[in-house]
Amino acid sequence: MDIKNSDAAEVLIDCQSVWKVFGEKSTEAIRSITQRGLTKKQILQEFNCVVGVSDASLQVRRGEIFCIMGLSGSGKSTLIRLLNRLIAPSLGKVLVKGRDIAALNDADLRQMRAKNIGMVFQSVALLPQRNVLENAAFGLEVQGVGRDERNRAAEAALAKVGLADWTQRYPSELSGGMQQRVGLARALTSDPEIILMDEPFSALDPLIRRQLQDEFRQLTKDLGKSAVFITHDLDEAIRIGDRIAIMKDGVIIQVGTAEEIVMNPADQYVADFVAGISRLHLVKAHSLMAPVAGYAGNVDALPRCAPDADIDALIGAITGGHSDAVAIADNGGIVGIVTIRNLLLGVRGETADASRAA
Amino acid sequence: MNQISPGAFLAPAVDWLNTNFHPIFAVISRIIETVLTGIETALLTLPAPAVIAVVVLAAVLAVGIRAAILAACCLGFCWLMGLWTASMQTIALVVLAVAISVLIAFPLGIVAARRRRVEAALRPILDIMQTVPPWVYLIPAVMIFSLGRVPAIIATIVYGIPPMLRLTTLAFRGVPNDLKELGQAIGARPGTILWKIELPAAKPTLLVGLNQCILLSLAMVVLAGLVGAGGLGAEVTRGLTRMEMGLGLRAGLAIVAVALLLDRLSRSALDRKRKGA
Repeated sequence: MDIKNSDAAEVLIDCQSVWKVFGEKSTEAIRSITQRGLTKKQILQEFNCVVGVSDASLQVRRGEIFCIMGLSGSGKSTLIRLLNRLIAPSLGKVLVKGRDIAALNDADLRQMRAKNIGMVFQSVALLPQRNVLENAAFGLEVQGVGRDERNRAAEAALAKVGLADWTQRYPSELSGGMQQRVGLARALTSDPEIILMDEPFSALDPLIRRQLQDEFRQLTKDLGKSAVFITHDLDEAIRIGDRIAIMKDGVIIQVGTAEEIVMNPADQYVADFVAGISRLHLVKAHSLMAPVAGYAGNVDALPRCAPDADIDALIGAITGGHSDAVAIADNGGIVGIVTIRNLLLGVRGETADASRAA
Repeated sequence: MNQISPGAFLAPAVDWLNTNFHPIFAVISRIIETVLTGIETALLTLPAPAVIAVVVLAAVLAVGIRAAILAACCLGFCWLMGLWTASMQTIALVVLAVAISVLIAFPLGIVAARRRRVEAALRPILDIMQTVPPWVYLIPAVMIFSLGRVPAIIATIVYGIPPMLRLTTLAFRGVPNDLKELGQAIGARPGTILWKIELPAAKPTLLVGLNQCILLSLAMVVLAGLVGAGGLGAEVTRGLTRMEMGLGLRAGLAIVAVALLLDRLSRSALDRKRKGA
């Protein structure tokens, strides 16, 4: 979750105020949205059109895993399909590597999908009549890459997801988790910079899901890929995502790191969502600490932690000694103090400032 | 006495077609006759046991031992019943009629699967084609192509198209959407998506369509014995007109044997790859 680094990184996907309206009268609906600023409800009443995605803007940077979290019907699956133009936006622009994908002709669009954007589906979408190797090599096959070369690439990708011994098996012989690994390998075989993951792990049982989440995050980081990851599970978004966008009714309500979202939910909806999330590993010292001046005791005697130490580490530091606070040190100087009171508030998802104001 | 008779309009229409498009019909007739004679000659040049041996061998190599045994039984039965020539004539008629039906129905079915309007336009036509008693097709067919095998083939094609077309549409509609999305998402051309993704996924239903097409065509070819199409149909007609139970039964069982043969062989030959999977 190195925000400083990803801030500087190149923007790979730039989605600018994108709308998608479904329905027969979508053109008229869009016109009235731009001219009269109608809301989603009014559009449904007046035009009988469903607003799938409403004024969504987001940026995905190189090397970043960007999660889009929302419940079913929130428009997240529509949004991810707008990014590679499986669905064309009604309004707004999607730039991939600086190019407006609406302006590409068919051949260029195919080229961009083949080389730059991989996709993994919830249902895996493996071809049942092909074995694992042929499935993994399918992307390169349709690009016209020769058999030897594409099989070599597919074998390498399958090895990365731990399926090197399964190349000759058929999809029906594989468990759900393994099938999804093949789906991921297929996306990796074409070596795209961006991977779109459409709820890939939702149909898997919890243990396998956690395992795949960790493996996916590790693999994406190791290979330096960027990913847009759709999920309906906030825990999953927090485990995997560098940044998270929360969607509701087609609108992106909040974008931020897991810590930002948990500590400063944008509205009651997000607050309800994050209420059950454990703060232990999420909240860092820098968002809990109080000014040194406010601490009455001897600062030098306190145990020290770095600003990015999480609550778990801070509790460890306090319970390890006999102090009632931890000094937060950055670059040799002490920048703040976290007291037991701060820690307890942090576990509840509150900061000292907020509770004082309340 | 005021009855509306479509025939009053249709009969002049057929006459008009006959006078103005006769050369085209003559060419169609010529082509069909030539191909049909070619297939028949291929089946009838060698003696029956040799043909049976070749088919059985081919079935063993291409399909499997069970299909080969079935082929031997069916063909052997036709031969032993003394209906070898008639059976081969019927097979030739059915093979050609089915080939043409599929050639017409398959592309139309794909188009109908993609465009709702095409399907909506085709549906009433297909309904008519399937519900009008097959004898009725024979009348204009005979008026245009005169008696013989050509009107029989034409009427059979008309009868064979609807099941193939409907099931082709159903088959391509049934291709999971995520598979099609996958094709688009990996940057495949529409032709590649059709050939490598949709066709394999649609195959089971397509095979049912082919099976229906073969069986209905066979039924029609037999009926076309009435207009002088020859083959097993002629034997059945003869049995009926002379009230010869024995001949009718033999010809009827031979038809069943031919039906089994064509259906099982075509199905397992096309379905072979899936079994390997």
